[in-house]
Amino acid sequence: MVDVTPHGADLIPPAEVGEMELYHPHSWWTKYVFAQDAKVIAIQYSGTALAIGLVALVLSWLMRLQLGFPGTFDFITPEAYYQFMTMHGMIMVIYLLTALFLGGFGNYLIPLMVGARDMVFPYVNMLSYWIYLLAVLVLVASFFAPGGPTGAGWTLYPPQAILSGTPGGTGPGIILMLVSLILFIIGFTMGGLNYVVTVLQARTRGMTLMRLPLTVWGIFTATVMALLAFPALFVACVMMLFDRAIGSSFFMPAIVEMGEQSPHNGGSPIMFQHLFWFFGHPEVYIVALPAFGIVSDLISTHARKNIFGYRMMVWAIVGIGALSFVVWAHHMYVSGMHPYFGFFFATTTLIIAVPTAIKVYNWVLTLWRGDIHLTIPMLFALAFIVTFVNGGLTGLFLGNVVVDVPLSDTMFVVAHFHMVMGVAPILVVFGAIYHWYPKISGRMLNEFMGRFHFWVTFIGAYLIFFPMHYVGLVGVPRRYPELGDTAFIPPSVHTLNEFITVAALTVGFAQLVFLFNLFWSIRHGKKAGDNPWRATTLEWQTAGTPPPHGNFGKELPVVYRWAYDYSVPGAPEDFIAQNDPRPSTQGGHA
Amino acid sequence: MAIALVLVLVVIGSVLFHVLSPWWWTPIASNWGYIDSTLVATFWITGAVFSAVVLFMAYCVYRFRHKEGQKAAYEPESKKLESWLTAITAIGVAAMLAPGLYVWKQFVTVPKDATEVEVVAQQWQWSFRLPGADGKLGTSNARLVSSDNPLGINPDDPNGKDDVVVEAADLHLPIDKPVKMLLRSIDVLHDFYVPEFRAKMDMVPGMVTYFWFTPTRTGTFEVLCAELCGTGHGFMRGIVMVDTAQDYTTWLQQQSTFAQLSGPAKVGVLVDRGKVTASME
Repeated sequence: MVDVTPHGADLIPPAEVGEMELYHPHSWWTKYVFAQDAKVIAIQYSGTALAIGLVALVLSWLMRLQLGFPGTFDFITPEAYYQFMTMHGMIMVIYLLTALFLGGFGNYLIPLMVGARDMVFPYVNMLSYWIYLLAVLVLVASFFAPGGPTGAGWTLYPPQAILSGTPGGTGPGIILMLVSLILFIIGFTMGGLNYVVTVLQARTRGMTLMRLPLTVWGIFTATVMALLAFPALFVACVMMLFDRAIGSSFFMPAIVEMGEQSPHNGGSPIMFQHLFWFFGHPEVYIVALPAFGIVSDLISTHARKNIFGYRMMVWAIVGIGALSFVVWAHHMYVSGMHPYFGFFFATTTLIIAVPTAIKVYNWVLTLWRGDIHLTIPMLFALAFIVTFVNGGLTGLFLGNVVVDVPLSDTMFVVAHFHMVMGVAPILVVFGAIYHWYPKISGRMLNEFMGRFHFWVTFIGAYLIFFPMHYVGLVGVPRRYPELGDTAFIPPSVHTLNEFITVAALTVGFAQLVFLFNLFWSIRHGKKAGDNPWRATTLEWQTAGTPPPHGNFGKELPVVYRWAYDYSVPGAPEDFIAQNDPRPSTQGGHA
Repeated sequence: MAIALVLVLVVIGSVLFHVLSPWWWTPIASNWGYIDSTLVATFWITGAVFSAVVLFMAYCVYRFRHKEGQKAAYEPESKKLESWLTAITAIGVAAMLAPGLYVWKQFVTVPKDATEVEVVAQQWQWSFRLPGADGKLGTSNARLVSSDNPLGINPDDPNGKDDVVVEAADLHLPIDKPVKMLLRSIDVLHDFYVPEFRAKMDMVPGMVTYFWFTPTRTGTFEVLCAELCGTGHGFMRGIVMVDTAQDYTTWLQQQSTFAQLSGPAKVGVLVDRGKVTASME
């Protein structure tokens, strides 16, 4: 029997976790810039990710302007459109979402939530951020390189990625992109090893694995996956760099480029796709699992109710993580790979729907008979469930190989993945920021701006992406800067495109309100206190807010119970903190 | 409270949009009606699940919203409920997967009587090749591509001599005859995509990919490229015309074979013409 019971005072294992020697900063520089405190590194990661994310947001406006009003903006040539599109996708997936969930939330929350003083390798953790920053700067540099950044699509499929018909293909654009990715992976590996070892080795006394908050389970599993998946992208990038720079032919068969015979021979473009998606599909869950974990904790805390089916939730996270390594070729049903692969990958892909559905059930069952406080984090969590269920279900269209055939490479796919791995995780990011900002800054975010931000973002994003599925169903391909005069596309599709553009610009504007709120509330927000949400997990039980270097006071907390003792019958309050030694008056459930 | 109402409106709005909006797929022009049926079944199943989950959430938010003195229930797990939900989900998933795999089996099994038609893509145009009287396409190689031989057909392969070459022009297909589309690219990835046919497949340099279908409706259909292939991607268009058998034969007779188009044949004609000119002098 796994110990998730609230009566755990007699189960404290002996002190195994020694106190940690911390590096104590001597100057402003080592405290705030070359910092080794995971909390400072977390803020550095988050700030950088949000800054580059703002670039991606602006790029999406430019793309939507072109799609809604083609021919109106002279500077958006097809070349420019493809460059905006590529950079938008790459930034959102890698440099924003991956960096923010793992580098940002991972760094801030793991040590606090497991009851550790810091990450186990603080110096390597610092290096991780600086290499990430370098990767971002190299990426930004490609905007200013001759020929501009690469326009090969975020999938960077060869041969076109390194040929003259693609923006940045023969200039520095593609090289800078590949170098930036390689740097990102090196930086991530340093951080990732830290997160894994910290979760496994630095948990405080009493914090068994099955008492970890689901946030930690989500980030931990995602990090393990990333450590296994990113090497595939790493080698793919190195091999393509060789193909481009020194004339090797890993991915390049004999081809004719613009009427000229190329020197390449014998390579396989499909091999790149296998490597890319062996990384790329787990990557979807690398973004999704931290969101799953965080949203579980948001729902439980703000519904004042234990998460329903905790053990099932943990196994679902681990199961999804494992299964996600055997579904990658569902991105390649029409790639020209052997068609019999379709049977295997369609089956594995649809199987993954089962643990995913269990997670959804358990979220909504946590709401059932709860005491639901409709705070901003709760609103974002509810919106997440709606968009995630919507995007997950359209995944059943695309995962079912034969249904994918007409839909693949259409706007249906664009709508699907934006809903499921764009909108849904980003709603969790927002919910999480509203939830933990009080711990990070000591102040609450402004309520009015927060609610405005929520309503415009949720309704607006749904209005952007729900109708977009139907544009794809009509047959409009993705990655077209304009639709031109095409017989099967009725004029009403153009009208719908204008509507989507207006919605996108509106949602974009609301994000500026959010950014303003982040800065405004540092000084003007309501004072938060140590535990404004009356939550059980350890990060809310620190001696001060924001928590000092070393996180906890003289003694590390001792954990007596799981993370979800909300509304325990007979308890004086509707929550019992994990480090609260009082035995509950009633046994509770197993 | 507003959120409960909005959740209900999301469901009603989505269902109404699905039913009432004018945006639906193009009328089908191939034998792949099964794909459409599987897709429609998937819409029903997923639509029902989406509505059920979101409406249940809306009810919970309405019913269990915080009120003074309210306390949540304490129920860590329920093995029975979780097992039931898992089982029902598994059945629903199997109900979508089974017909999907069944149709996929048909999709990947090319009928023996299918005629081969080759599509050759390059940045940013479509060309086509049909087997001649021998019913066989000659071999090809990107290394053989030149201005005289734009499709890279092997001049030493006797099967290739009578191949019909349609360079950067419309393709015609006869109605109700299954065709196996052999797909080839000489530069980057492309994807032969005609929305009305439902089928599509990437074209990969260095290999030959394929799919099959039977055109079931005469008419003119636009070919689009569905795999990003550089700056001209959005403008890489072609035309497929599905003809009656008679119209198709007429069209076919007007086309040129590889032998007629390629170097030696041209020289032959010129030499013949030269002789004629010489004799006239």
